[in-house]
Amino acid sequence: MIDEMNDDRRGFLKCMAWAGTGALFAFDGGIGSSIGLDAALAAPARRAAVAPFTFAQVSDSHIGFNKPPNSDARATFREAIAKVKALPQQPDFIIHTGDVSQLSRDDEFDDADQMLKATGLPVFFVPGEHDMLDPDGGKAFLDRFGKGSRGAGWYSFDHRGVHFVALVNVADLKPGGMGNLGPEQLKWLAADLAGRSSSTPIVVFAHIPLWTVYAEWGWGTDDAAQALKLLARFGSVTVLNGHIHQITQKVEGKIAFHTARSTAFPQPAPGTAPSPGPLKVPTEQLHSMLGITDALFVRGHDRIALIDSTLA
Amino acid sequence: MTRALKILTLQAAALASSAVLLSTVSVVTRAAPAPAAAAVTIDNFTFRNPVVTVKPGTTVTWTNGDDIPHTVVSKNGVFKSKVLDTGDKFTFTFAKPGQFGYFCSLHPHMTGTIIVKA
Repeated sequence: MIDEMNDDRRGFLKCMAWAGTGALFAFDGGIGSSIGLDAALAAPARRAAVAPFTFAQVSDSHIGFNKPPNSDARATFREAIAKVKALPQQPDFIIHTGDVSQLSRDDEFDDADQMLKATGLPVFFVPGEHDMLDPDGGKAFLDRFGKGSRGAGWYSFDHRGVHFVALVNVADLKPGGMGNLGPEQLKWLAADLAGRSSSTPIVVFAHIPLWTVYAEWGWGTDDAAQALKLLARFGSVTVLNGHIHQITQKVEGKIAFHTARSTAFPQPAPGTAPSPGPLKVPTEQLHSMLGITDALFVRGHDRIALIDSTLA
Repeated sequence: MTRALKILTLQAAALASSAVLLSTVSVVTRAAPAPAAAAVTIDNFTFRNPVVTVKPGTTVTWTNGDDIPHTVVSKNGVFKSKVLDTGDKFTFTFAKPGQFGYFCSLHPHMTGTIIVKA
């Protein structure tokens, strides 16, 4: 029934939108619509109602970054965490979509770890390219944040009927290329998804976007199409990424893509600057360009509402 | 400090700065006939001079001018820098002729080539 409804409306919203401050987006089996949080909660459930749960996404904390426009990325990360703790409904857990640190230094990882532990919430990580800079190419990150993961740090878990998949697309990058998952991880993903019912809602998170936002700046993943092919049969797939320090979104078929703001510094919109380096905004503007994402899952609706809010 | 010593110190400083000037000039004049050094600047997520041709024995120095860290990694394992933060340098001396492609392992769309020929 739900699948039929989705089929009728599939492709209705095949677009990319640049979102503003505090926007709220709901995804229903791949159909994106802008709704209010209250409306999402109050909408009648089509199936047996299950208490909604939320999880929060933080990204690109770059602990150790101290150049314009942000002289202290630790301070803004602390503010972002305070924002998570102040959410009206406490999230069940936090995901961090990479670039935890600026230079993979132990003190950077440790500070991020301590700040996140203080929330008392479970935290699930994937590495960004900044987390792979120790001499052993990511071992420092994996030792601390990747326990129980495979390969370069990928894993999956289930939470209240939703299947979460953490992918790594920043390891062993190829000259001239973009993000890369690699054959070993794709093989694992195929096996991980193989036995699951197509009605299982899926949330995939990885650092670099799993669709090509802007190839000239390497903002995409070379072999993402192979992963998306494996996900295509599922009725509700949400892909959460970071890396580009701004909100972008796109809905294609039943897959909804979303990138989160950084908690450290903004980056320019694709092609609007000579390079993707930090956008040097005035101090008074900085907080309005940093933020967190709150994801609300209402099981009865197979729906995720993603609420982006800034640190302003 | 006595007055005499102060003057001596000043003279020493003046000598030192002229020595720096002299050495700078000597590097510039020496560069054309027998190149032993070349530089690649990293700027705006690009290797500013992506193809550099040098003679065998040349030491190439890469300097990161960006606010974001980069690396310099040979495509076939000949050389590999540590992470270069803002202002950090990496040098490598190319003893033998050949073509040496390289890239930034963080931002792999950044690529360059050093051509070494006699």
